Amino acid sequence: MISIVRSLWLVFLHMFHKRETVQYPEQKNKLTTRWRGRIVLTRDPDMGERCVGCYLCAAACPVDCISLQATEDETGRRYPEFFRINFSRCIFCGYCEEACPTYAIQLIPDFEMGEYNRQNLVYEKKELLIDGPGKYPGYNYYKVAGLAIGGKGKGQAQNEAPPVDIKSLIP
Amino acid sequence: MVTIYIDNTPYQVKPGKNLLETCLTLGFDLPYFCWHPALGSVGACRQCAIKMYRDADDKSGRLVMSCMEPVSNNQRISIADKTAVDFREGVIEWLMTNHPHDCAVCDEGGACHLQDMTVMTGHTYRRFKFKKRTHVNQDLGPFINHEMNRCIQCYRCVRFYKDYAGGEDLDVFASKSNVYFGRSEPGTLESEFSGNLSEVCPTGVFTDKTLKQHYTRKWDLTMAPSICQHCSLGCNIIAGERYGDLRMIANRYHGEVNGYFICDRGRFGYEFVNAPARVRQTTQLGQPVDEDKAITQISELLKNSKVIGIGSPRASLESNYALKKLVGETNFHKGVSRQEQALMELAVSILNTGPVRALSMKEVEKADAVFILGEDLTNTSPMLALAIRQSVRQQPLHEVNALAVPEWNDAAAREIIQQKKGPLFVATVAETKLDSMATKTFRAAPQDISRLGFAVANLIDPSAPQVSNLHEDERAMSELIAKSLLASERPVIISGTSCQSDSVLKAAANVATALQKRNKNTGIVLTFPESNSVGLALMGGNPLEEAFQKVKSGNTDTVIILENDLYRHSQTTLVDEFLTKCKTVVVVDHSQQATSAKAQWLIPAGTFAEADGTIVNNEGRAQRYFQVYEKMNVKESWRWLTNLGATAGITPMQSWKNIDHITKALAQEEEVFRGIERVSLTSDYRMQDGQRVPRAPHRYSGRTAMLANVTVSEPKPPEDPDSGMSFTMEGTRAMPPSSMIPFFWSPGWNSVQSVNKYQEEVGAALRGGDPGIRLFEASATQSHYFNEVPEKFIAVDSKLWIVPLHHIYGSEELSAKSASVAKRVPLPYLMLNAEDAAKLGLKEGDAIEVAVGGDQLRLPVKVSASLSMGVAGLPAGLPTLSFVELPAWGLVKR
Repeated sequence: MISIVRSLWLVFLHMFHKRETVQYPEQKNKLTTRWRGRIVLTRDPDMGERCVGCYLCAAACPVDCISLQATEDETGRRYPEFFRINFSRCIFCGYCEEACPTYAIQLIPDFEMGEYNRQNLVYEKKELLIDGPGKYPGYNYYKVAGLAIGGKGKGQAQNEAPPVDIKSLIP
Repeated sequence: MVTIYIDNTPYQVKPGKNLLETCLTLGFDLPYFCWHPALGSVGACRQCAIKMYRDADDKSGRLVMSCMEPVSNNQRISIADKTAVDFREGVIEWLMTNHPHDCAVCDEGGACHLQDMTVMTGHTYRRFKFKKRTHVNQDLGPFINHEMNRCIQCYRCVRFYKDYAGGEDLDVFASKSNVYFGRSEPGTLESEFSGNLSEVCPTGVFTDKTLKQHYTRKWDLTMAPSICQHCSLGCNIIAGERYGDLRMIANRYHGEVNGYFICDRGRFGYEFVNAPARVRQTTQLGQPVDEDKAITQISELLKNSKVIGIGSPRASLESNYALKKLVGETNFHKGVSRQEQALMELAVSILNTGPVRALSMKEVEKADAVFILGEDLTNTSPMLALAIRQSVRQQPLHEVNALAVPEWNDAAAREIIQQKKGPLFVATVAETKLDSMATKTFRAAPQDISRLGFAVANLIDPSAPQVSNLHEDERAMSELIAKSLLASERPVIISGTSCQSDSVLKAAANVATALQKRNKNTGIVLTFPESNSVGLALMGGNPLEEAFQKVKSGNTDTVIILENDLYRHSQTTLVDEFLTKCKTVVVVDHSQQATSAKAQWLIPAGTFAEADGTIVNNEGRAQRYFQVYEKMNVKESWRWLTNLGATAGITPMQSWKNIDHITKALAQEEEVFRGIERVSLTSDYRMQDGQRVPRAPHRYSGRTAMLANVTVSEPKPPEDPDSGMSFTMEGTRAMPPSSMIPFFWSPGWNSVQSVNKYQEEVGAALRGGDPGIRLFEASATQSHYFNEVPEKFIAVDSKLWIVPLHHIYGSEELSAKSASVAKRVPLPYLMLNAEDAAKLGLKEGDAIEVAVGGDQLRLPVKVSASLSMGVAGLPAGLPTLSFVELPAWGLVKR
């Protein structure tokens, strides 16, 4: 008896609490930057494509919804020839972002991707690639990696000594 | 067997091995870099350190390099000891101080021994704060990519390239941490085995350049066990596909055939599969037609007209047999010229009915005296040349054994051997790459090579036919060869069909037969023109000329040509006449070629990557290759032919539903193919838990996205009716039977080094026995000599005896269509002796007019010091040269 009265009283008190319901879509919720929503491909600070086509995101994907093909430009810089995410399969787990060694693939706080036609949920590179570095502004993979690309020769990456002259007799 | 204690657990192991290979055989994960099962130990990388104890009471022990310590009885070692574990981690940390931060853009990643070993030892973060040493790369040609920053100085590349494969243009430069592996100048790597660097190198310094052009990680490839199609040796390969293209070829270990290596023609010749000049659609007079309509119309022809079939030495046994059944035995032609057919059949009969055993390549490696007659092996059968490079070490290795140095102790063994070489005699028309290894070389026309062989046979066994008018030099040479062969324990005689001379084959057979009477360990190796020449020779059938005759006399109006470019086997004019006379020409082939261009019906056959089949290699070993992937509109030739036969109402063919039915029918019908159905497991084979063997690794990615651009609903994966393998990653993740290994992988071992886990013991047979079945063994009862000693070759004024010269890149039809190999194909030339050239007033590069076999050719001259007087060499099979029946007399003028 007492417990029923107590419950009624508690429910009554809830009438005066602050409302938790958000009037979406008129009213948007605040999402943090690390919220795992739509996937984008970012660019490095020099506006070069960050993705080097290493296939790690595709390998990490538990639903196998990422497929790509790596290729190179004439200077040896790698980039994806195509990059496709099937969002109708994506579970937004963020493993691809964790696996990415270049900060190229990032999940952003946007989830409004509803489509009437499932085929429209297949995103190609032109839909994925954004004009900015996303959450990691400073990082440029090719400045760290030892691979030579256009504009950066051997020994010009961070923390690299100039190339050895193997024909030199100086010890 | 001796007992050793590893971490206090006793194990029974073989003596004579080193501790590293023993531990690996026992299944322990012990990291290593510089050791390679085929190259032996040098103890350079310090990675395989373990603790060794004096006895059970010794608690402190000492660190030793396991690859340098021989196994001995009651030895006590520890792999898990803390000092050893820390030491191994420390070594990796040092090796990694200069390693670039580029796994993401490195082609080795995911199949990298360095990655595996780093994870195995537990090293994670680079504590070294100083700058990284860097190197400049070199352009090493169309096959190999160079990225020197990744090097960890294990020296495996030069040990393979120089010591094992005899290459001269890759070396090590500079000193200390600046050590550099490359060429003295950038340029194409000369060795025919350079592709193996991509597997020998434990990291990404040397990688496959053709793979880089359509790069795919190992875990994303759909792979299947396959057999190389580019010469008669039948090396085992792994073929990998992604997005409907063949992406790479890797070695598939076979204890008897190719071991750990394959040649560059085999590794890089695959690109013809992706070439634009593929047949991808059934066409009638160049117009695409529905395949059912085509089948019905062609089967009408089969019922209502006189049909002949032309088979092919590069098509599988099943395809040739299906064609034979379709057109009937008398109407089946082998698709090679009378001369080539006679040579193939002669060579097969020497192996099949002669007294001497046909050796595998592994046995050739162990041979201690070699006599080569007429074959430029580096260009016709490259892997055999690599085996011979190992065989010349066999006699000097006696000295190593006498000093009680184990053979696997590579640096010490090579130090003892120095430049000493066992007997190797090379009798060929022109110079070969093996000359530098040879005890003595002999340069002559094929007739004289044959005479030398007959003379050697006569010296070994006087009942063998005698050779008259032998020149003094030839006599001395034959005596030396006979003496060396008799003094050896395991001699081998090597010859083949490449100089198109039956007398050379007969001479080789005589030498082997004569030796066999004195030494039961004698072996013979004969090489053949194409991948399934032996299988076709065993199958029976008429030569191409008879097909021409049948059409000429009006007995035939329809011809079905199976995977064959007739222009490579007969003269252009004859083939032209034949094809125009035929009312209907049906070509079943995978690549467009001169013959297919003239076909009314063109049917898209599968290459080795899109088809299942069995081929027979030069030692008579039948081996199965498995389909790698399904391609729209493309089917196995035998499937097309079976469908045709079934529609035309040919009785046995109506019941043929998959490859098993055909091989079974073949085995039942022909005595020589008995047992061929056991070459691999049948299509209903399943692993213990009832599942198939997956062609794709378990990390295979992108399955729900790769076709999503076409349709977002994933299609049903293709099913394989011909084998117990699945085209996807579904199936049992356990070690498959040895004939069905699609790729080598083991937990923690992602690189090709995981092959250790698939072997009964390191370097021995695969678990469950090496795959393939030898169809024939030598019969000791029959032994007779060939008596036809040829006449001495006499140079004739104004004429030259033109012989074929083979090229590793270019002489073989399919590999020459590969983009990377095409860059290495030589331009046509005519090779002349220096004196002949001087007589004609010609120097290198001058044009010469030569009339041979009814053809008029204008070619640049190549001057050679080694060619005999009156002999000229014409490259065989180049895509830019039309067919000439050689050897033949040629008239030359300026």
